[in-house]
Amino acid sequence: MKFPVQTSPHVEARSNVADMMTVVLWALVPGTVVAIWFLGWGVLFNVALAVGAAWLAEALMLWLRARPFQPALTDRSVLITGWILALCLPNLAPWWLPVVGAVFAVIVAKQLYGGIGYNLFNPAMVGYVVLLVSFPEAMTRWGAPVEGGAASLTLVESVQWTFLGVLPGTTGFDALSQATPLDQWRMVATQGGQVTGAGLSIWQGGGWSIWLNLAFLAGGAWMFYRGAIRWHIPVAMVVGVVLTATLLWGIDPEQFADPVFHVVTGGVIFGALFVATDPVTASTTPRGRLVFGFGIGVLAVLIRSFGNYPDGVAFAILLMNLAVPLIDYYTQPPVFGRKGRVDADTEGR
Amino acid sequence: MSDPRLSELALDGLWKNNPALVQVLGLCPLLAISNTTVNAIGLAVATLVTLLVSNGVVSLIRDWVRAEVRLPVYVMVIASVVTIIELIMNAHFHELYNTLGIFIPLIVTNCIIIARAEGFASRHGFGVSLFDGLMMGLGFGLVLVLLGAMRELIGFGTLLDGADQLFGPIAIDWGVRVLPEQMTFLLALMPPGAFIGLALLVAFKQALDQRSLRRARAAKDARPAEPAVEAVG
Repeated sequence: MKFPVQTSPHVEARSNVADMMTVVLWALVPGTVVAIWFLGWGVLFNVALAVGAAWLAEALMLWLRARPFQPALTDRSVLITGWILALCLPNLAPWWLPVVGAVFAVIVAKQLYGGIGYNLFNPAMVGYVVLLVSFPEAMTRWGAPVEGGAASLTLVESVQWTFLGVLPGTTGFDALSQATPLDQWRMVATQGGQVTGAGLSIWQGGGWSIWLNLAFLAGGAWMFYRGAIRWHIPVAMVVGVVLTATLLWGIDPEQFADPVFHVVTGGVIFGALFVATDPVTASTTPRGRLVFGFGIGVLAVLIRSFGNYPDGVAFAILLMNLAVPLIDYYTQPPVFGRKGRVDADTEGR
Repeated sequence: MSDPRLSELALDGLWKNNPALVQVLGLCPLLAISNTTVNAIGLAVATLVTLLVSNGVVSLIRDWVRAEVRLPVYVMVIASVVTIIELIMNAHFHELYNTLGIFIPLIVTNCIIIARAEGFASRHGFGVSLFDGLMMGLGFGLVLVLLGAMRELIGFGTLLDGADQLFGPIAIDWGVRVLPEQMTFLLALMPPGAFIGLALLVAFKQALDQRSLRRARAAKDARPAEPAVEAVG
């Protein structure tokens, strides 16, 4: 009797880029819905404009580079780039802001490096940082959440503001806009005031940042359940934020914000779940992921506390993206059956 | 060593072996000073004059300098030339001198100048060396001015703003506003803008070269090789 021998793999799993990106797209939905609920229609416009511009820019670059359209335009990765960028932008942004950011992100940070899989830096974060340093005024157009703020603009009024820059009748821009909690903290801290007495609370504005982070966490849980992300990077990043913030807060609670404030405000949760876990630009070894995430957390708090910009998550992610080749080199797991690290150059001797 | 033809020198300096786009020498001033057209023109002229004079002097003294000490001697020559230019600029273009700041003395360290002194002027006659200095200086200067114009246009929305610093009072309204102030892209003025702009210029030159190469090949393939006799006749 003859027993045929089959080589592995014996169980095939259907897994491709497009499926994984679909999981991420669904995971972005709850956070986006909550953001629209609290921050108004501007968020929706940002997402639509950035996604559309990113997709068109990708198509344009593929055509210029004489590359096939098919896998790149339908694998949905470019939609995620645009969407993530849009969620970082202020809700009262003019229409060209998401468009410029998405076009720069896709053309310079993604396609000029060779397209999906070749980019060194996270394209969405490059787009965000370029907007932040190039258009400082437009990037501060944050509207206050829910009551009396941007969310009170109706759909038509939002369209008029985003595309024409016209506000309804008696409303002034100052009535709508409000400094973000991180901005307020910076202002107090840099003017030598006391943070504790400044009335900074994560509950202000109906606790919108809490609800937003819970929605992002729900999306992250879905991605984790479907295997699109692993736990290492988000957990290590939050640990990095909490440890650094606790250290600074312990040294001088009058000048530095407390760890809970750091985790809840700004882009920590969103960045940890959706941006730092980007499979292309993050570290790929298990220990490397821990180092990568922890580094982002530490750097983000340091940039927030001592830098010129209120939030440092984007800068921290880009800086750690730079360090990824080094991290990967030093954290390669040993080959099964061997002890210690296998150096590439001693291999085969 | 026989002197190369002047047309070859011109082509080398301006295009084929362009110091900024192909040799990628002198990056520090190229990236730092190219934020406005006027700054770029000022530094381009200063570098050009330095190259001219240093190439000429090095070529004249080349037979008396021992090989062992030639580099220190060349550096001394270049440093003297730059000092003279610095003093002249301080006297006659004082505002521009203040804007360019440290980058005028830093011309001494610009690799293009020592590279041309060591690589060309120390082995060739006076006239050819002067011409080589002129062409290399022009090649560097044109890229510098082009990059400066690009960055000023995108970053400030103007061209030739502040030209009176360089050309005197007659140039006071040479500056043109091309783009409205709201449409400017600050990134172009920052260091990343310089790097991206230079990279785009290098890529553009490569693309042009490759296209002309493809065309030459296509033309060669389309026309069957002519018999050698006819070519001679």
